[in-house]
Amino acid sequence: MSKNSEYLIERENKQYEVIIGLEVHAQVTSESKLFSQSSTKFGAEPNTQVSLVDAAFPGMLPVINEFCIEQAIKTGIGLKAKINKKSVFDRKNYFYADLPQGYQISQYKYPIVGEGKVILDMPNGQKEIGIERLHLEQDAGKSIHDIDPNNTLVDLNRSGVALMEIVSKPDLRSPDEVNVYIKKLRSIMRYLGTCDGNMQEGSLRADVNVSVRLKGETEFGTRCEIKNVNSIKFMQMAIISEANRQIDLLEEGKEIDQETRLFDTKRNETRSMRSKEDAHDYRYFPDPDLLPLEISQELIEKIKSDIPELPDEKKKRFIDKFNLSPYEATILVSDIETSNFFEEVIKNSDVKLATNWITGELFAVLNEKNLEISQSPVSAKNLSKLINLIKDGTISGKIAKTVFEQMIDGDQDPLIIVKEKGLKQESDPKAIEELINKVIENNSDKVAEYKSGKDKLFGFFVGQAMKESKGKGNPQLINKILKEKLNG
Amino acid sequence: MSDITSQSLFELTSNIKEKKLSSEEITKAFINRAEKSKKLNVYVTDNFEKAIDQSKKFDSNPILDFKLPGIPIAVKDLFCTNGVRTTAGSKILNNFVPAYESTVTQNLWSQGAILLGKLNCDEFAMGSSNETSFFGNVQNPVGENLVPGGSSGGSSAAVAANLTPVTIGTDTGGSIRQPASFTGTVGLKPTYGSCSRYGIVAFASSLDQAGPMTKNVRDCSMLLEVISSFDQKDSTSIDYKRNYYSKELSKDIKGKKIGIPKEYRVDNMPDEIEQLWKNGISYAKDCGAEIIDISLPHTNYALPTYYIVAPAEASSNLARYDGVKYGFRSPGQNLIEMYEKTRSEGFGDEVKRRIMIGTYVLSSGYYDAYYLKAQKVRQLIKKDFDDAFSKVDAILTPSTPSSAFKIGEKTNDPVSMYLNDIFTVPINLAGLPGISIPAGKDKNNYPLGLQVIGKPFDEQNILNISYALEDKINFKNDISDWWLSE
Repeated sequence: MSKNSEYLIERENKQYEVIIGLEVHAQVTSESKLFSQSSTKFGAEPNTQVSLVDAAFPGMLPVINEFCIEQAIKTGIGLKAKINKKSVFDRKNYFYADLPQGYQISQYKYPIVGEGKVILDMPNGQKEIGIERLHLEQDAGKSIHDIDPNNTLVDLNRSGVALMEIVSKPDLRSPDEVNVYIKKLRSIMRYLGTCDGNMQEGSLRADVNVSVRLKGETEFGTRCEIKNVNSIKFMQMAIISEANRQIDLLEEGKEIDQETRLFDTKRNETRSMRSKEDAHDYRYFPDPDLLPLEISQELIEKIKSDIPELPDEKKKRFIDKFNLSPYEATILVSDIETSNFFEEVIKNSDVKLATNWITGELFAVLNEKNLEISQSPVSAKNLSKLINLIKDGTISGKIAKTVFEQMIDGDQDPLIIVKEKGLKQESDPKAIEELINKVIENNSDKVAEYKSGKDKLFGFFVGQAMKESKGKGNPQLINKILKEKLNG
Repeated sequence: MSDITSQSLFELTSNIKEKKLSSEEITKAFINRAEKSKKLNVYVTDNFEKAIDQSKKFDSNPILDFKLPGIPIAVKDLFCTNGVRTTAGSKILNNFVPAYESTVTQNLWSQGAILLGKLNCDEFAMGSSNETSFFGNVQNPVGENLVPGGSSGGSSAAVAANLTPVTIGTDTGGSIRQPASFTGTVGLKPTYGSCSRYGIVAFASSLDQAGPMTKNVRDCSMLLEVISSFDQKDSTSIDYKRNYYSKELSKDIKGKKIGIPKEYRVDNMPDEIEQLWKNGISYAKDCGAEIIDISLPHTNYALPTYYIVAPAEASSNLARYDGVKYGFRSPGQNLIEMYEKTRSEGFGDEVKRRIMIGTYVLSSGYYDAYYLKAQKVRQLIKKDFDDAFSKVDAILTPSTPSSAFKIGEKTNDPVSMYLNDIFTVPINLAGLPGISIPAGKDKNNYPLGLQVIGKPFDEQNILNISYALEDKINFKNDISDWWLSE
């Protein structure tokens, strides 16, 4: 990698740039499917969430689920994109066992959402990634090949579930940017409540388009599309492996075939799925069962007025209002749950301390236990109590860490812990003076050394006083009184 | 009282309401006649046993406010009927029993009607002679070895042969009006969006409409009143105020402006059809209507446009019949082989032909030249009608360019078969209502029909005009019951 953090792949004095575009398939958060009333709940028994429409029985007709339309518009607004007042549902025709209609209802020429953008916070500054379009489509069912040795089984629970396909421009240049892009998209949609972004349950998948070119070149190289990658890690692996494959071909003087490929996660390599010549002719045409989708300005305005504060705006507010550093703000807004937790904590407590405690101690615990912030063992309420105890001098920062460790076990109230364990900080100047007097008496030799100019011994006296207070002495007060006594 | 099965829907409902006839008597009468009429091959699946049970049930607690009180009705086998096999005339749905009911048939049962059985039709409603059905040809009661028209051929034959008081068909390019014309019966295709398509096996979604097929115009108005409804389960269903068509039926058409489109005088049209049209015009004049010459300049392009749009939609609509979920399956070594065998064996030639045409016109590189251009022409055809309807209230044309032909006569010449729809197809492309009424006979004594075309949602007007013309024409369908067995 070069010093300006550009991602380049090197080959004998040559540097290749990697061009990446993503087609993200995000499952719309909705109780029911795009064109039927069946449930979309994850994990149900196979073929229990299938209506006659989803299974494409004769004479069955799709009826649009308005809520999914609103979700797509909402997402479009979150992507700062143009909402198209008129869009069209098309049929994408192909045969497959888990595609009951023999076509997928999708949007081809006229998508519901047009051009937009997503801002990435990269270590060296912000980068804007263009959004080409967002369209709505039906998911297919699932073919299961490994239960019956002689037959393929089909589960239609997913058949007809609403997906948003979000197509980026070829603006991404590295696996890191892909990571940040996916996380940002996910974050925006979670803020909006339009997609839960759960990659394990397949709510977020992507087709990854990769091409390479020599640094400085302005034309794009031939691209390959890697289908259906379902984790950020695999996307990154697939990009690196595919980019290197393409570069190797170019280095050997060969050409890259435009084709669709699959990523083999076990062998960490992409494999050809079908060439351009074998590409499906999907015979797109407007679905005659559905009228063109018309969206009123009124509806757009209504949805706009319901849009919550999004990560970019929230970040700006956190910086402006709370004086957070851009780095801190970025971390705190990255996930809606985190930012909600933060805002809950600072309702009644100090912002600076809250920032440090959430991004420090709390994140460490969550990481260690592999928990989401929504599953945090310490509630926002109790964390803010703890912070207040530090702030008002009841306990020291050091004692607070001990208290926090106990709080983790069943979200205990820090006030009770401090009280029960007698951890309250000693802040009575008289009491502190008494114990300092004791330390001075017991260490008359050290006092003499200090007075003769051995300044470094001050720390020793602080330590002794702390020890004498069993760790509960107010450090500021100990410092102050010690100074008066020794220097007086 | 005349023989039960020859009574109109109006007479039967009156007789039930006046308790002169029971539902059971009527139901049994139609079933008895059907048992002797197997030669016509109108039924794919009968529902006779259940129908008798239901008629008894009706009689035990008759609700006489119903619009179809205890009336037995057979329907085209394109309507999904809960618990009763629904084949669409195809081998691929040979064993398919829906667990749901189409909205249009549900509307019948909700008004007290009883399902007699499922009527033969062209496979997936693709055909003009009922010869593409997997379940064999239907005989036109008008004459032996004569086609009943199509695709609602079983329906038209059943009404003409007094095997059901009325029926419902579907019309994508003429599938109600052409068979009505061939059998001397009345058939109406409503405005697109008038009758729900929910639960009707789809052929071409932007063209398909269900509609009534009856012995006379009054029955037609009664049945339309029942089946037309707004349905949220069909996104193309239109929410508008529907008339009480039967109550508002009137022969008074004085001052109505009726357009005569010059483009419908096609080459080689038989003189007798020209004469039929002239007669219709003079009857309309007699009723006080004003006749106005109009032009529908893009008429010539309607048939080619239809034969791009309809197969394109069909090729996609029929993709679901793949042997995976329901219906016929021919096993294969792998998925592709299973698809190939299932669809090769499950579909007939005409359906395959249209799937191939449709797949072709939607393919990349051909889409713009065919499908997109056809959609543009479709707009022009629609505009022709809009322009015409700024000057007239309705349009009068022949229903078909010929009378019924012999079974087998056109099976090897798809294009000449397609030409049957030349007068009906433009109406589907424009989404308008159209009705065919029997208006005369040709030299062989085969019935010929006239078509009245209306503005969108103006079914009442074309019913009224037809009602007035019907009175003047005074058509008698002399059918000899030649097929009856003992």
